[in-house]
Amino acid sequence: MDGLLREYLPILIFLAIATGLALVIVTTSYIVARQKPDAEKVSPYECGFPPFNDARRQFDVRFYLVAILFIIFDLEVAFLFPWAISLGGIGMLGFWSMMIFLGILTIGFIYEWKKGALEWE
Amino acid sequence: MILQAIAFWVFASITVAAAVMVISAKNPVHSVLFLILAFFNAAGLFVLLGAEFLAMILIVVYVGAVAVLFLFVVMMLDINFAELRQGFLQYLPIGLLVGLVLLVELAVVVGGWVISTDATARATAKMPAVDQVPNTDALGQLIFTHYLYLFQGAGLVLLVAMIGAIVLTHRSRPGVRKQNISDQLARDPKETIEIRKVQSGSGI
Repeated sequence: MDGLLREYLPILIFLAIATGLALVIVTTSYIVARQKPDAEKVSPYECGFPPFNDARRQFDVRFYLVAILFIIFDLEVAFLFPWAISLGGIGMLGFWSMMIFLGILTIGFIYEWKKGALEWE
Repeated sequence: MILQAIAFWVFASITVAAAVMVISAKNPVHSVLFLILAFFNAAGLFVLLGAEFLAMILIVVYVGAVAVLFLFVVMMLDINFAELRQGFLQYLPIGLLVGLVLLVELAVVVGGWVISTDATARATAKMPAVDQVPNTDALGQLIFTHYLYLFQGAGLVLLVAMIGAIVLTHRSRPGVRKQNISDQLARDPKETIEIRKVQSGSGI
């Protein structure tokens, strides 16, 4: 347990340095730099012409569909990692249980392919 | 050991502070970003518990996918969120009631540990010891054989989520011209072009 945490110590040190450095850079630029904001300076810059509308526009629902299909296959891959590591110890039952799981998700994959959900149009 | 305690308190306090900001931030996009911060710190807590696989999955799945999904949902809704918060105090009792129910459920779980002291030992009897087998391997040895039905149930839940998302959000748009390669290849020259001899000086 302690050995495991000792392996993560470099990451903790890295996190501390990164957080500290980010704080130092932001606060010094806030304190040291001269600041004279006006409406033109603080408005978002859009390559030469005035921005025509708010950044919060409505997104198309198709982005959501792509994201949720991504999550499902992401989870499928997350299950594959422990399976691949412990495959030697879990025998035929473990192998075929994963094959059935993959088969169930392949049915869904064929469905979405045939339905045209992967095409953007 | 002292470093471990410091890390725990830092991660835990940032998690709670970020969670408070998730429900109190004015801008819903900021709420989602605070949610991502909470996920990262929860992953740090998992590492401190020795559950490194869960920590990595929390980052890959929750930060990488679920938070993006939440952002899409926030951007898709055409709602004035400042207006929505007007009735915040009005719904406070219901929110507190839900919180109270969750608190009671947590108390039941903790009470179960207090009453039967060997509950943890009995639940973890199947698990190999933490210091002998790596975390991911220990999970793999249980999920695919001992928890076979739950694992297949998870597969079915994912299938239902996939089909449900397609049924709810996918619709074919009329008037969109798509390239259909097999249709293009199947065209017969005889049906589509006509060759005529044209006399010079006269039209067709």
